[in-house]
Amino acid sequence: MAGPSIDALGQFSLTTGLGPLGRAVDFTNSNEAMLAAAVIIVGIFAVGLRARALIPGRGQAVVELLYEFVHNMCVDTIGEEGLRFFPLVFTIFSFVLLGNLLGLFPYFFAFTSHIAVTLSLALFVFVFSTGVGFYTHGFRFFKFFVPHGVPSWLLPLLVPIEIISYLSRPVSLSVRLFANMTAGHVMWEVFAGFMLMLVASFGVFGAFASVVPLGLNVALAALELLVAGLQAYVFAILTCLYLHDAVHMH
Amino acid sequence: MRRIATIALLSLSPAAAFAGGTMPQMDFANPLTSYQVLWMAVILVALYLLLARWGLPEMGKVLANRASVIAQDLAAARAAKITADQAVAALNATMSQARGAAGAEVAQAVAKAKAEATAQAAALAASLDQKLAESEMRITAARNAAMAAIKPVAAEAAASILQKLTGSAPGADILGQRVDDALAAGKAA
Repeated sequence: MAGPSIDALGQFSLTTGLGPLGRAVDFTNSNEAMLAAAVIIVGIFAVGLRARALIPGRGQAVVELLYEFVHNMCVDTIGEEGLRFFPLVFTIFSFVLLGNLLGLFPYFFAFTSHIAVTLSLALFVFVFSTGVGFYTHGFRFFKFFVPHGVPSWLLPLLVPIEIISYLSRPVSLSVRLFANMTAGHVMWEVFAGFMLMLVASFGVFGAFASVVPLGLNVALAALELLVAGLQAYVFAILTCLYLHDAVHMH
Repeated sequence: MRRIATIALLSLSPAAAFAGGTMPQMDFANPLTSYQVLWMAVILVALYLLLARWGLPEMGKVLANRASVIAQDLAAARAAKITADQAVAALNATMSQARGAAGAEVAQAVAKAKAEATAQAAALAASLDQKLAESEMRITAARNAAMAAIKPVAAEAAASILQKLTGSAPGADILGQRVDDALAAGKAA
């Protein structure tokens, strides 16, 4: 097919980043965005912690807002014991949030749109929370799969269901984030591709008509901003929920 | 025409965009897919250590400091309020005491003034009564004097009138007697 075509998936392909050094150690363009996210997180902490004022300035207020948001999420969801996991939840939340937000900018790689990334994060959360469960309760943690107040003849049916639902946690956790980010970026690319195709096919009229996909992309940008924040929040709160289950067993 | 058909198809289903190529995300044969996870682990461990050892505890200190300052200020404010309440109570007590004393003093002054006024009024009334009595005495004396003076004049006038009318005048004794009678009758009337 002549003329412009829509390559909605090219934006997700991995290359190496950071020039020849990156090529030597297989540091990918995805890792460049991760590094940028980590540097930004540490950077806002450095800026926010400069004054340590009683009445916070703008930079400090941003860090305090993030800190208290995740802090409250940990305490409300896991309980006071949840503060042990606060740095972990904060790291995951800020990393995913910054990854989602950076991905919204042109020329930035959205690393949360890679299933390998989200599945690794989700598997880590799954393995870690299961480990916490066994560490806290020993082998009694297996009781987690036996629902309370259920007639014993139903147990052979319910225990496998509980186990399957527990094992499906990393899948749902990772696919939710991956699918949301991928779908948004594909939609953007498709509508942007429409504009090029309209101009190529219909000339001046097509240029005028391409206002429609442009408007759709503008609206989509607002939606994607919401999705970026929401999915980071969902990932973090589910992490907290799994840790709550591990600590409290229901 | 094929292009228009492509646009129509894509506008109906963005999923058609996938038809062309495979998803790079699913290309696990690409070694970069696994390497990005390896590097992510490195970056995340570094980020975790920085946040857990430095960023979050430092921020926590700032927030704890603020909480303690607020708590101290609240305690100070509560202490100040208690002091202020005590001062207000003392003020109220003093005020009511002073009000009572002032009231008593005012009542005393009023009673004194009333007594003085009564005494003055009584003295005034006494002196006025005295003056009135003196005046009455003077009036009575003047009237008596006038009455005494009127007798000879009346007798003389009566004698001259009778002289002119009758040509003769009764004796001075009779005229005097009659004038006395008339004056007595006039007084009685």
